[in-house]
Amino acid sequence: MNIWLNFLIDSLAFGTTFMYGSTGEILTEKAGHLNLGIPGVMCMGGAGGVLILNLIGKSGLPGFLIVILGILGSIALSMLMGLIYSFLTVTMRANQNVTGLALTTFGVGLMKVIMSKMDPTVYLVGPKALYRWPFAGRTDALQYLGVLFFLGIFIAIFSSFVLYRTKIGLHLRAVGENPGTADAVGINVTWYKYAATCIGSGIAGLGGFYYIIDYMASQEAYLSLEAFGWLSIALVIFALWRPHMTIIGSTVFGFLFSCSSFIANIEGITVTMAAKPLLKMLPYVVTILVLVVTSMRNKRENQPPQHLGLPYFREER
Amino acid sequence: MEKKIALSMRGVTKRFGNVVANHQVNLDVYKGEILAILGENGCGKTTLMNMIAGIYFPDEGKIFKDDQEVIIRSPKDAFALKIGMIHQHFKLVDLFTAAENIVLGVDEKGQYNLKNVNNRVSEIAQKYGFHIDPQKKIYDMSVSEKQTVEIIKVLYRGADILILDEPTAVLTPQEIDRLFSVLRRMKEDGKSIIIITHKLHEVLSISDRVAILRKGEHIATVDTCEATESSLTEMMVGKKVTLNIDRSEPKNPQPRLEVKNLNCVDAEGVQMLKDVSFTANGGEILGIAGIAGSGQKELLEAIAGLQPLTSGEIIFTNPKKDKPVTFFHKSLARVKELAAMDAFHDEKGKAVSFEDMSNAEIRKWVESGNVLFREDEIIDLRHKTPLQIRELGVRLSFVPEDRLGMGLVGSMGITDNMMLRSYRKGHAGFVDRKKPKALAEEIIRELEVVTPGVNTPVRRLSGGNVQKVLVGREIAFAPKVLMAAYPVRGLDINSSYTIYHLLNKQKENGVAVIFVGEDLDVLLSLCDRILVINSGAVTGMVDARTITKEEIGLLMTQTDNARKEAAQ
Amino acid sequence: MSELKKKTAHEPLFHLSKRAAIHPAKALAIRLAAIVLGLVVCGLVAFVLIDKLNQNPGKIDDFYYCFIKGSFTSKRKIWKFLKNLAILQCISLAVTPAFRMRFWNIGAEGQTLMGVLGAIAVAFYLGGQIPEWLLLVLMLFAALVCSAIWAVIPALFKAKWNTNETLFTLMMNYVASFVVSYFLIIWVPSGSSSLGKLKFGKLPSFGHDYLVIILIVLALTIFLYVYLKYSKQGYEISVVGESVRTAQYSGINVKKVIIRTMIVSGLLCGLTGYLIGAGLDQSVTTGSVGGQGFTAIMVSWLANFNPLVMLVSSGLIALLNQGASQISQDFNVSGAMPDVIVGIILFFIIGCEFFINYQIIFRKKSHGAKEGVK
Repeated sequence: MNIWLNFLIDSLAFGTTFMYGSTGEILTEKAGHLNLGIPGVMCMGGAGGVLILNLIGKSGLPGFLIVILGILGSIALSMLMGLIYSFLTVTMRANQNVTGLALTTFGVGLMKVIMSKMDPTVYLVGPKALYRWPFAGRTDALQYLGVLFFLGIFIAIFSSFVLYRTKIGLHLRAVGENPGTADAVGINVTWYKYAATCIGSGIAGLGGFYYIIDYMASQEAYLSLEAFGWLSIALVIFALWRPHMTIIGSTVFGFLFSCSSFIANIEGITVTMAAKPLLKMLPYVVTILVLVVTSMRNKRENQPPQHLGLPYFREER
Repeated sequence: MEKKIALSMRGVTKRFGNVVANHQVNLDVYKGEILAILGENGCGKTTLMNMIAGIYFPDEGKIFKDDQEVIIRSPKDAFALKIGMIHQHFKLVDLFTAAENIVLGVDEKGQYNLKNVNNRVSEIAQKYGFHIDPQKKIYDMSVSEKQTVEIIKVLYRGADILILDEPTAVLTPQEIDRLFSVLRRMKEDGKSIIIITHKLHEVLSISDRVAILRKGEHIATVDTCEATESSLTEMMVGKKVTLNIDRSEPKNPQPRLEVKNLNCVDAEGVQMLKDVSFTANGGEILGIAGIAGSGQKELLEAIAGLQPLTSGEIIFTNPKKDKPVTFFHKSLARVKELAAMDAFHDEKGKAVSFEDMSNAEIRKWVESGNVLFREDEIIDLRHKTPLQIRELGVRLSFVPEDRLGMGLVGSMGITDNMMLRSYRKGHAGFVDRKKPKALAEEIIRELEVVTPGVNTPVRRLSGGNVQKVLVGREIAFAPKVLMAAYPVRGLDINSSYTIYHLLNKQKENGVAVIFVGEDLDVLLSLCDRILVINSGAVTGMVDARTITKEEIGLLMTQTDNARKEAAQ
Repeated sequence: MSELKKKTAHEPLFHLSKRAAIHPAKALAIRLAAIVLGLVVCGLVAFVLIDKLNQNPGKIDDFYYCFIKGSFTSKRKIWKFLKNLAILQCISLAVTPAFRMRFWNIGAEGQTLMGVLGAIAVAFYLGGQIPEWLLLVLMLFAALVCSAIWAVIPALFKAKWNTNETLFTLMMNYVASFVVSYFLIIWVPSGSSSLGKLKFGKLPSFGHDYLVIILIVLALTIFLYVYLKYSKQGYEISVVGESVRTAQYSGINVKKVIIRTMIVSGLLCGLTGYLIGAGLDQSVTTGSVGGQGFTAIMVSWLANFNPLVMLVSSGLIALLNQGASQISQDFNVSGAMPDVIVGIILFFIIGCEFFINYQIIFRKKSHGAKEGVK
């Protein structure tokens, strides 16, 4: 297989982590909440999966059941994180930036505490073949893609469909753009904010699960997860708040992030050590450029949701 | 046919903090009628209606719909009861199309399909005679188009009680006519329509009955056919108001501020001012009349240096001839600059030159009061920032319409707000709070501002007290031109008179006062001349002592075509 | 209709309204209650974690004793506590001017890191070749310049095109960390990317190693308090933060104030970076700031952006951090335990602000209900 195609597939597989993260964050931001706790949420998503695997990984249950329970555990813990965030920012109307940062502090810390005590062999007991369906057993690059990758693509596209083609999506976007208006037409603003934040967190959490248990499948994986949480937030801007765009965006980010080690494999190209951090820096620089260019062009459709970051209180006077 | 009650309120009370917005209000609305809610600004009309629409929840009292008690906790509850409100500030999502806005929040069975929505919207539009493009985005729409979307939004939900909050404030006369014919059709269709307004002629032309509110209380409900403008006014303001404002004859009015062919566009590219020209004289109050949003705000902001101009001139004449130069509003550098341009002479008429003099010597000379201006200062204010205007020594005070959002800092106390325009004084990097504090105390004493202390955030003061603080500060600035936009809006009668008195005093001191008002009675009895603007263009400059209310009303509302015809 | 009636038949029990003002003592009581409640929950969480993860759960009162043990049982610990407080306070001071302007700068982490990098870069290249005092001066200068540049870039875009500053500054943190990795690779060819302690460019000390830093931060706290409260620039910051329209009306050049204030923030970050680089580490890694740039945002917010009150909030966080480190040592859990504890306490303090800003009003029994009883 062509070496570049290999690389593309590897980028897709790697990018799946932030594809989940940013799809989840987009849903949250569409409801007007800038959840800076996403890194913490993703970490807890990973921790949730590992906890379940640790608990039942060697219990002799059928493999697919273990995977499904792991995924459920991951979703449950990350949604719980989303619930904390939405309770504080929606019901208690706390400052979103501060709450998000506290959530990240808490989530990342708690994950580290949990992960450091987990059985390091547990990652290997997971039924690899199940994650890798339908490419299990292949020896080319396709073996790196699997169920969770396709699920991620599906969630991203489905989220776009819901946002732009259904009533629920219309309502959600209205809540993020102008909660006063949404409230005035009888949309339950609080409910939508809670739902978007919790579901978004659940999706983001899956990214953590995918990265630790599927993509890396190793104990050390958790140490770099926080960074990918922040990268997910960057990807939201790059995708211009459109979930399906995260598929392209995550591939580009995955490419940039891992290309330093990959390019070295290509004959005729040598990558100095010093170039590596510069290449890894690129996703963030590109994001900044996207942010700047969209603000300069000022096209209404490409801006952050208008009410992003602001609390809503009906009897404001 | 016996009319049926559609909705009634009993003993409804609403408080905001210590302010009672509505007190024990009883109100009935019949089916198939247009009920006007009439009252002055700030009398609680909107608050009352917001309680029917589910925006606020009453602290006390009950609401009945079709003889059954109902609890309206949210707009959703209101919609379920077929009550819909069109707010004064449109509640639309700018990024969405008309159809998306209309269908927002509607519980409908079946799949979400915008095509069906578009069709139904067109259907409703046809039935009542609207014009609308369902696929147009709100941010591309004019104000009247947005209002149309709001009305269809309510009809789409099958509302049989429609509340319109000051629907005509932002419309042109033709648009008002169109709106009223739509409302009449809805009435014939059996719907109840509540229209909030403070314009009497509209009340008389459209409504069947009028409910009058005053200071949050329901005064009476009368049949429109039995009402006259004066009887309604009497109920609205309590007693027949013959405004008792002392108006002195202007003493020796001299042109102070000359505006020539001013044009400006807003952020959306809409032309807000069209070739506006006028002169404001010192020692005179110039009123500006016009429907809300006709360009008053833009005009004042353009003069104050806050609104970019596309063309035009703003010329300020400082009556300085033979008066001494001071450092009160001029920097040493500016004084030197002027001297170099041969702008001064001494008491003997000899030209003043500062050549070969040290700064200290110049200061001493100027402060002795013997350096006099040769001519009146003529300063072009075009394309100047507020700071530049001040640095040129132009004493221009401005009481903006948005008191807490522009004129004052809500979270700061009176002292700190006093510094807003003067904190730059002195060379030290630190602010001097002594003088502002003294000024704050003086204003509190002189204008009887009710406040717990000089450091209480002004946001917590009542509207009248906020306005006194703002006007007090602007007057303390010893202006040559004083611009005030709606300075008595939302104020009680006593505070209003305090403000009128202050403006009159400024006039007697030779200040050119520009007063933007909405109440014609006030304009007619306070001002010397009145400039009427209509959709950004001047339609008349009239003598306030001789013109009638009706004549001004016509100038305010007539369209370009009608005026041209009249001229011919 | 009957179904509808059922749905709307009962009245809401209470509703919310914004408080006009709250007595300071009451506000303090609410916050203290939140902290106490937070500590109880921390205890429970920690207890469960320790119990489940380790087989030797230990006693709950040992857990609380750790907070005292962590900071106050030896001279060394007290000094460490004061140093941690000082560094956190210093970054918190740095983010404060921008926050008072409602400019959501969450890039203090990166800005401070660039300061450390600037200082260390000078020490790396010039150390030993020029007099030590000159080196220290140049290091300070480099730290200030690097941080100020890092801070002013987002501000320029905000002023010119209203580019979202929260997202921009967030991205700049990561760019900064990769800039540091880049230089580490260049400086340490072996590939271990650990610079080790440099021999030159150490801030002189007297009394105690940390005393200079603590005194500098203390002076800075007072300086910033005075700057914000009594200077013209501080006044302008407050006006811009409250309303841009008011600022324009009063003749303030809003763009200039945004840019100037971010430079001030950047300079303070640079100073912090200098204290870390020259005063403590004599080295730089991507983790030199250790997430304190983010913690500082919360510290500053907790203090309502008041530099003096900030001493209390950064003290609280420093105390919690050290206590929790003690817990992780004593109970053999991960060194990330402080983050968990701090996170939980923050949730409670953040949540309690609600009770300070809002009032819950219970609905009076209506006349209807009374008549119904009759």
